[in-house]
Order: sequence, then structure tokens, then C-alpha cells
Amino acid sequence: MTIELIAGAIKAILMIVLGLNLSLFLLYFERKGSALIQDRIGSNRVTVTGIGQRMGLPNLGIINTTIADPIKMFTKEDFVPAGADKFLHTLAPFLALFPVMITFVIIPFGDTISIAGHRIGLEAANLNAGALYLLATIGLGVYGIALAGWSSNNRWALLGGIRATAQMISYELAMGLAIVSVIMTFGTLNLQEIVRGQGGVWFGFLPRWGIFIQPLAFILLLVAGAAESKRIPFDLPESESELIQGYFTEYSGGKQAVFMLTDFAEQALVAMLITTFFLGGWQVPWLMRDGFHLPGGAFFAIPALAVSILGIVAFLVKVLALCIFLGMVRWTLPRFRYDQLMRLGWKGLVPLGLLNVLVTALVVVAKVGAH
Amino acid sequence: MPPFLYIFLGALAIVSALGVIVQRNPVHCLLALIGTLMAVAILFIGENAIVVGFLQIIVYAGAIMVLFLFVIWLLNLQVETGSTGQLALKLFGSIAAALLVTELFFILAPPHLQVKFTHEPAGYGSIASLASTMFTSYLIAFEVTSILLLAAVVGSVALARRLPGTDDPLAARRVES
Repeated sequence: MTIELIAGAIKAILMIVLGLNLSLFLLYFERKGSALIQDRIGSNRVTVTGIGQRMGLPNLGIINTTIADPIKMFTKEDFVPAGADKFLHTLAPFLALFPVMITFVIIPFGDTISIAGHRIGLEAANLNAGALYLLATIGLGVYGIALAGWSSNNRWALLGGIRATAQMISYELAMGLAIVSVIMTFGTLNLQEIVRGQGGVWFGFLPRWGIFIQPLAFILLLVAGAAESKRIPFDLPESESELIQGYFTEYSGGKQAVFMLTDFAEQALVAMLITTFFLGGWQVPWLMRDGFHLPGGAFFAIPALAVSILGIVAFLVKVLALCIFLGMVRWTLPRFRYDQLMRLGWKGLVPLGLLNVLVTALVVVAKVGAH
Repeated sequence: MPPFLYIFLGALAIVSALGVIVQRNPVHCLLALIGTLMAVAILFIGENAIVVGFLQIIVYAGAIMVLFLFVIWLLNLQVETGSTGQLALKLFGSIAAALLVTELFFILAPPHLQVKFTHEPAGYGSIASLASTMFTSYLIAFEVTSILLLAAVVGSVALARRLPGTDDPLAARRVES
């Protein structure tokens, strides 16, 4: 009992720390990766006493973006505009961050691991209603943004807040439909069971990942997820050229940093969700409980502990790759116009999602009938 | 659910419910209402009514309250001053409160008046049991409700539709009548 409790606490903290670290990586990629994509140099000012530079190493901007910038932001003046609702203005950033942070705990990051005779599942919360929990927490993310826009007593901020609310509600629908078709395919709402259902191979070589069964739902979740995390090309709530900075125009210092953190954490969360639903979560291709079963019949035995660790590494690699992909999309595409955004959501993604659910239902019923 | 959590969530629900009626700023009232809904939803989940709890968060706290927020913004409701509410509302409110107190009396009253509670079997209220009930015993009711909701959606779209060439959302209705 006690070891399960301790393990649960450690896993929950681990997941939140992982989410924060991925956000930090995304912050770094936002600064230096965008510079790479746009053929700029990017941040390269801060060094630790210049040791590396005297040895002729290039400044990769790691200290600059991950240490110096956050310190700068959190030590700046925390300004509340006149006429603003002071209570809600302070509450809003945390109301935005909280739902994202508590969603990380249901993501399975590995199979099971045996420690001192106890089998511990590598997910912080193994909920049977995992997908429902996910939809509930994602639905709550709207309030922080909407209230930030309203409480600032600023027209640009209010417009940004309204845009964000309308956009997030619209794309939640497409996201929910994509998740529903995955749930129907695997017959469970438990995320760990969905990942387990993606083990094994077809035709001797193709991993049974969700992306090969539900390619349309994968695209739907990718697009809707990018829209949920309000990144370019879906960053209309904060479009600088029209709304200054959108819903967080009137935020400065630490509270603005919390809003930026929310955006990055949402991006990391979307990457984790896509990995869980479509890229096999912690599944390594051709790796079973006992070792690698390569296509063609070759077999390499691997100890159980190494299999568990390989699973965690595979999960992290997939999530990082998706984070980088989302970042590259962000620095490649131009921003949508608002009517294009709404048309894509309501006339493109939602009907496609409904069609996908219908086709999935027919296939599931046909399969049940065949047995 | 451990008793301390039950008491904490119950107290939270009551305090936020008081906040809904005591505060004067409509947005603060709305936030308090969301707090009440969340606390009650977590109570539901703790008592194994998992679907009801999560649906309360997804539908009420996550969607309908956003609609309320939009209505408050669109009507530009200001902080209220002075006494509020009509006499009829106060009357109905008092009757509802009296009914609730009566119900509470029958639950907490002396043993011979007490309502008998039955313990539901394990798994009651889970997604699987709800789904199998909904799609077997209550299938027709479920389908009729879905058609009713679809009719409401189509009706609201038809009412808000704009005729090509006009900016007046009411023009469509005027032409048809």
C-alpha cells in the first residue's frame, strides 16, 4: 500500500516536471530553432564568464533562453492597469495554466516496471474514464484566457479573449470527435489500455499504431490540437499585427511568463496526446515483453527492466519529435484570417470528424457481426 | 471517498453557492457558480457516479458557463447596486428553499421517518453500465432526445440565418412570414 502511494506521488510529480521541462525545451526551440529556420543567428548574448567562447565554441543560447530570460521576466514590474478587475487579473494566468498541468497525469509514459517485487504501472493516474477526464480538463482551459481578456479593461485584450474562446470551443468539437473514433477503435477510454492495444504488428512488419487505423483522426487531432494550443497558423487570439498581444496585452512580468508557459505546456500536451492515441505511446516497434521480434523472424532477447526503460525512451523520443514538428509548422505557415479559421473548423474538421465516427462505427459493428 | 474530502468539497460547494447570490459583479457570480459545479462534480466522481460527474464538468462547467460568460459580455452587465430581484422571484425562491429544508429533514430526521437508502451494486454509474442501460432499456428515449436536440440546432441556425445580400439577421424571418 505505502509503496504504491509513494510511487503514485513520484509519478505525478515526474509528469508535471516532464511537462515543465518540455515547455522549457519548446521555449528554447522557439528562440533558437526559429532563428535556424529563418536563417538568423538568434539569442547568443549571455554566457557563463565567456569560457566556451574563449575556447572557440559557438553560443547555442541555452543559458540565454532557459535561465536568463525567465529570470528577467520574473523580476520585471508586475503591472495591473487602471480600472482592471485586480482579483481576476491576478487569477486568470493560473486559471489558464492549472487545467493543462493536471492533464499531464493521465498520460501513460511506459508499460509497467518491477521494483522490489511490486509491479508499478508507468502512468500517474490509471483512470478508466481517462478520455472523459481529458475532455473535461481541456474544456476548462477556456476560462483563464477569457477572463484575462475581460479583466484587463482593454478593448484589444477583450477581443483577443473572445476570439480565443470561440476558437477553442470550435476546435474542441473536432478534437472530441477525433478522440471518439479512437475510443471506438480500441473499445476503451483508458489511455493505458489504448496504448496496450497498439502493440503487435500487421503483415509481419507494420506496427499496430493508431495512425495506420485512423489516419483521418490523426490529422484532425493534429490540426485541432495546434488550434487548441493557439500556435501559428491558429494564433488569432494574440495576433500582434491586429490586437497588439491579444488577451495578455495588459500582462507583464511573471504573469505574462505564466501565459507563455501555458501555451508551451499545451503544445507539449498535444504532442503527448497524439503520441498516446496515434503513435503507439511507449510502444517500440517489434519490441515485445521478452525482446525484439524483428520482421523476418530474427529475435533478440532483452531483460524486462531494459524493455521498460526502452518504452519510456521511445515515448520521450516521439513526444520530442512531435514538439519539434509543431514548432516547425509554427515557423513555416502564415496566420489564418478569422473567417478562414471558422470555416476550417466548422465546415472542414467537424463534418470530417462526424464522417470518421460514422465509418468507424460501421466497421466496428461489421467486425462484431463477423465474430 | 474519505470523509474529510467529502466535508471539504461540500463546504466548498456551499461557500461558492453563497458567492453566486452575495456578490454584485456578474462575472464574479459566474466564477462562483463554476466553483459550485466543479465541487459537486468531484463529489459525484468520488461517489462512483463517474459519468455524471465528468459530464457535469464537460457540459455545464466547460460549455454552458462559457455561454453565460458571452451573454454577460454581450449585454454588458454592470455591477449591481441597491436591492435586486422581483417579489415573485423571491417568493418562488423561498418556496424552493422550504422544500429543500423539508427534504433534508426527512433524511436527517428521527429513525422512523428516515428515507431508506439502497446500496447500488458495484460498477453502477460506470461508463459501461450506463452505456448498456442507455442502448438497451432506454434506446427509444435516447434516440428521440437526440432528434429533439438536432431539431433545436437546425431551428436556431434557421432563425439566425442571413439572406444573401442583406446584413439583417431578421430579414429571413420577415420574408417567410
